[in-house]
Amino acid sequence: MDTVDNADETDVEAPAVDSGRDALVATLAATLGDGFVAGEVDPGVDVCVRVTADSWLAAGIALRDHCGMSYFGFLSAIDWLPSPYGRDMDAQVDGPEASDPEPMEWGTTGGETRFQLLARVHDPMSGLGITVKADVPGDRPEVDSWIPAYAGADWHEREAWEMFGISFRGHPNQVHLYLPGAFEGNPLRKDYPLLARRIKPWPGIVDVELMPGSDDEAGDDEAPEESEAGADA
Amino acid sequence: MTDTRQLAYIAAQAADARVNVELETEGMTLNIGPQHPATHGTLRIIVRLDGERVVAAEPVMGYMHRGYEKLAEVRTYPQVTTLVNRIDWLGSFANEVPFILAAERLMEVEAPPRARWIRTALFELSRIANVVLFLGDMGVQLGAVTPVFFAFRDREFVLNQIEAVTGGRFHPNFDRIGGLKDDLPKGWIEETRSVLGRIRTFCDEMEDLVAGNEIFEARTRNIGVIPADVGLAYGLSGANIRASGVDWDLRRDGDMGLAHGELDWKVWTHPDGDSFARYWVRLQEVREACTIVEQCLDGLPSGPVMAKVPRIIKVPAGEAYVETENPLGVMGYYIVSKGDLVPYRVKIRSASFNNVSITPWLLEGVYVPDVISILASLYFILGDIDR
Repeated sequence: MDTVDNADETDVEAPAVDSGRDALVATLAATLGDGFVAGEVDPGVDVCVRVTADSWLAAGIALRDHCGMSYFGFLSAIDWLPSPYGRDMDAQVDGPEASDPEPMEWGTTGGETRFQLLARVHDPMSGLGITVKADVPGDRPEVDSWIPAYAGADWHEREAWEMFGISFRGHPNQVHLYLPGAFEGNPLRKDYPLLARRIKPWPGIVDVELMPGSDDEAGDDEAPEESEAGADA
Repeated sequence: MTDTRQLAYIAAQAADARVNVELETEGMTLNIGPQHPATHGTLRIIVRLDGERVVAAEPVMGYMHRGYEKLAEVRTYPQVTTLVNRIDWLGSFANEVPFILAAERLMEVEAPPRARWIRTALFELSRIANVVLFLGDMGVQLGAVTPVFFAFRDREFVLNQIEAVTGGRFHPNFDRIGGLKDDLPKGWIEETRSVLGRIRTFCDEMEDLVAGNEIFEARTRNIGVIPADVGLAYGLSGANIRASGVDWDLRRDGDMGLAHGELDWKVWTHPDGDSFARYWVRLQEVREACTIVEQCLDGLPSGPVMAKVPRIIKVPAGEAYVETENPLGVMGYYIVSKGDLVPYRVKIRSASFNNVSITPWLLEGVYVPDVISILASLYFILGDIDR
């Protein structure tokens, strides 16, 4: 029953072409020229573009002036270097120290470097939103500040600076936002260990194990296809 | 006291006086918080004053930073809802919804209609529980103590209804990927109807007692005016931006995946952009939320409340950003998944963080008593700023 309902609704909701979002990507590509790297439209759902770090600010201004994106959502970053501590799901009290990280794998619109800036802006008139990304190298993460485009980027850049160590050129007040002034390290980088896990075993691990009486031999890596709803019915 | 000590005392007093004279001309630094009654939580604001006028204001945050974005990277998807419950603790259920919706989008699971409608009802009840407190609290900030007692009294009934369904007054942790933990208890619909009646009466009382009060109007009209373009550039959302005349509500204009689109209700705006407008818009939104909940109760579809999902939730690799119109404004989660049991990265976009980031701009040049009125009218929850 459920699967039939779901299939019907997704068919209706997913048009094959999304002219509004396609036009948005085309405008950005035309305005930024070589600064535009990739764009990905999920028709009827969302759109994401990737620009070069050099045209990061130009992309912000183009979005504001040419695409009507007057509303600033957020600005943050992603660290694509897989954590050398694994998933940190298990207690690390007696566990092995950091191992060599796995190779990096990027998400939507791809990537080339360790860090990726991530920002979201909106057009309240059309209701469209867009995610903007830019690659920032891991050895010297530096990029222009978005404050000239969106005043609200101020605090978001301070947060990204302290959490990821990405510095923003032209930021008037690049100081700690959340962390104490003398704090060292960038906590949201993947190679920054979650210290709580190194002190005390994590009791929540029990939730990942199968329920008693379950006949599946699968461990963490296998997801059995049985469902709670099915069991109840 | 010997003469020499007396002389030293007098000299010291004179020196103090001189310092005071200097302070008056050069300005004074006033520290508000981190535990000032007017700051709801541990927001600290350092203001530079010139007489009674604020020259510069700098909020200092982080007293309640709990690192949810880091913690979410080591917790399974169902465990994350426990964390995000504690972001905006006055409207907890509403925090879970965008996270669950983002995970559902990645898994390509859709909650059954009944679950979506109950979600909508609980979502709006969270809004009522949250904003009702603001409607009373704003009076306290301006020296009227009575309204907040009315607010606490009537909010209790809403919390009782949320508790009756979820088992939790403040932290329901009730939303699941693919639906809801449980169905509604017996008799809940009728009880909720009577509670909505109480909330409507409360709104009428507040309209008379607070919004219609001469002193309240004098303290809020033309105070803290935010032009629409500035508000948008700072990312203000929710009632704060609608009070500046921007007719934008994700419940109507966005793709929230709840039942709002099938219901008949209205988005309220106000052209003034001042503290009074923000109060007024929120007052109307509580009434509108009552209408939404009532329609949810009337039209509640039957059927299961849980879709077919695997027992162990593994989210396919991909990225999704879902935002919803929460009580405090737009709240969104950017989830990066690598096909694991835990999210690879969760960016939490909370409403209050952006709403408060405008304060250095907004407080410049206002008088000290207006600082309180403006901060109260922006309405933030510290957990929603610090995350």
